[in-house]
Amino acid sequence: MNKVLSTLSVAIGLVLLMPGFSGRAQVYADRSTQLDKYLVPVTTPTAAPDAQGFLGRWLLLEPISKPNRSNTVFVDSYIREVFGQEYFKGQLGDVLPKDGAKVKMTVEYQPPVNLQGGRPSFNQPPQYEQKKVTLKWHAFDSKMPNVKLFRFATNLTEDRYGVIFWACTVVNCEEDIPNVRLAVGSNSASMWWVNGEEAVILSGDRRRVMDDCASPRLTLKKGRNVIWGAVINGPGMSDFCCRFIDEAGKPVKNITLSVQ
Amino acid sequence: MKTKNILLAGAFALFSLSAAAQVGAPYIHDPSTIMECDGKYYTFGTGGGGLISEDGWVWNGGAVRPGGGAAPDAIKIGDRYLVGYSATGGGLGGGHAGRILTMWNKTLDPNSPDFAYTDPIEVAHSEVDEDCDAIDIGFLMDPNGRLFCTFGTYFGNIRMVELDPATGARKEGAQDVDVAIDCEASTMMYQDGWYYLLGTHGTCCDGVNSTYNIIVGRSRSPFGPFLDNVGRDMLQGGGKMVVAAEERRFGAGHFGRFIVEPGVEKMSFHWEGDLDLSGRSTLAIRPILWKNGWPEAGEILQDGNYKILSRRRGYALELTVDFVRAQGGMRGFGRQANEPVVVLENQKLEEVIGGWPAGNIPVRANDYMARPHQQWTIEAVPEAGGYLGGPWYKIVIQGTNRALAAVEGHELTTVPEFTGADEQLWRIEQLIDGTWRIVPKAIPGCHHPEKFCLYSVADSTPTLARFDFNNDNAKWDIKAR
Repeated sequence: MNKVLSTLSVAIGLVLLMPGFSGRAQVYADRSTQLDKYLVPVTTPTAAPDAQGFLGRWLLLEPISKPNRSNTVFVDSYIREVFGQEYFKGQLGDVLPKDGAKVKMTVEYQPPVNLQGGRPSFNQPPQYEQKKVTLKWHAFDSKMPNVKLFRFATNLTEDRYGVIFWACTVVNCEEDIPNVRLAVGSNSASMWWVNGEEAVILSGDRRRVMDDCASPRLTLKKGRNVIWGAVINGPGMSDFCCRFIDEAGKPVKNITLSVQ
Repeated sequence: MKTKNILLAGAFALFSLSAAAQVGAPYIHDPSTIMECDGKYYTFGTGGGGLISEDGWVWNGGAVRPGGGAAPDAIKIGDRYLVGYSATGGGLGGGHAGRILTMWNKTLDPNSPDFAYTDPIEVAHSEVDEDCDAIDIGFLMDPNGRLFCTFGTYFGNIRMVELDPATGARKEGAQDVDVAIDCEASTMMYQDGWYYLLGTHGTCCDGVNSTYNIIVGRSRSPFGPFLDNVGRDMLQGGGKMVVAAEERRFGAGHFGRFIVEPGVEKMSFHWEGDLDLSGRSTLAIRPILWKNGWPEAGEILQDGNYKILSRRRGYALELTVDFVRAQGGMRGFGRQANEPVVVLENQKLEEVIGGWPAGNIPVRANDYMARPHQQWTIEAVPEAGGYLGGPWYKIVIQGTNRALAAVEGHELTTVPEFTGADEQLWRIEQLIDGTWRIVPKAIPGCHHPEKFCLYSVADSTPTLARFDFNNDNAKWDIKAR
């Protein structure tokens, strides 16, 4: 038995030494879904990007109900139209909302469907209703490379599917950083702006993929750079990951993040 | 009328196969390894003289090599060119007292004031009746700075001897070594710790009936033994095929290697007979592919309809337009076995083009769904010339003239109409791993567009960035549809 264990240890050791083995610790399955596994309140003035350059500090608005039964509707023209609407004052502005600020609006929503008679046919038009809601901004630091919007929603709000999330942050630079790109992955479609200019759009039924779409080359200017993003999803998980990459595809890390 | 028909047929053949062979007057036999000198390309042939090209695609006569004789080769050493050739004893049914000669020149441009060959030096020879015919020289400078040459024909053995790279003469004390049997046009190349010996088998010098073909073996030593892919020694006739006949061109012979840059390699050789060029012997250039440690000929991209897939993710290059749902819709998961089978058609261009913007449309990469905005026609643009071994191409959405174009800032777009502007022309060539790189002829505001290629900066975001063979972001698969 000892011989078997010894052989096994040697084998494992050899595997660890093999080229291409990342050395990353095993990620054990964790069934918990509480908020602080994903997002924690901001407690410091600034935060650095993570080791891979992902931007973790964000102001997140509780989800705006926008029911869609399928993500295949998220073509470019649709998401431009949806994100082109004004949902709150200061949207895409240079001044970020305050942590805890509230937004009132009337939204469409899908009332619970009685599935006793089976799933409703896709060929029947959906029955949406309207409701008045008060949504709150939250300043969070993400504990993961991706910002888990779905768990933000399930822990703090009642709407989780068929929703729009708005997010914003400030990227602080000590000097101009030219020729970088905002690289984004999102579930599902999303649109992103840097200093008021559209930077990148992710249309279609997207999955959260690191560096899925990238903006054209842009310059992060010395001082404050305001980043806005909007993510829309029908059924399924919602999240996003953002980072700036340079010409070589390497993460930009000489920046800090704040929500003011 | 009959003559007219023949001319028309000939013109059609030239047009339809325009990307398959060098253009201009590329007539040559036994071309030497292509040399670049002051921005022009040169190759020399049997009988003296040779070809010059401004761009590597359009070739015409004009190169100058004195001495006549057979089957030259050339190599650049330092800032000089060493040219070798052979004074044949008759070859084939004639005598076999051959002489291998080398000479230097500072330039290959016959119009340069520096153009002057040194007196030729004999570096090897064969007696009239020994088992070797000392013609068909091929040079190799290995990574250690050692210079070798091979020579010989079907009459006995292929031999190798070491030369002095400073003088081009036979290295003092060097002895001829037999490395193969019954080949012609041998040469060596070095790759990843292996010495490769290339030779030509088959029938020479009979136009479109020549069965000439290029084969290879390899060894860890420049002195052999050179074994093929099944372990046969080339001294026993072994050899793995590198390039053989194509549908319209026959008799591949006289290999030469040209490394454009890491990951981009070309082979030069001749076709003994090209049906599209009167059955004459012509210069050929093809990409070199390296597969499992063996070289083989790649392709020149032919006019056709293609999907262009990123090696990074496998996504397809497409117009940035709304995805339009195709007929068929969501069918659920029922199993109604008695429902009649209906064959649905692919989405057609006319069903969607009305929804596309009229002006420039950006591009992106996305899941391939065989949709019109992902279907490209790639065609050579004959009047635009080319580059080493290929013509400039246009890349348009199939059924339209909407063309892929480079724009200022090293980015991409599509323009509604192809105009032939340089930023709408693309160098498309196969890399040594069989993938493709796509390089714009011009990028507005950029002085060195040749260094940039179609590049996946993100899975779904193509751009123009510097080519790096070791990066899949710089590579594409181009697959016929």
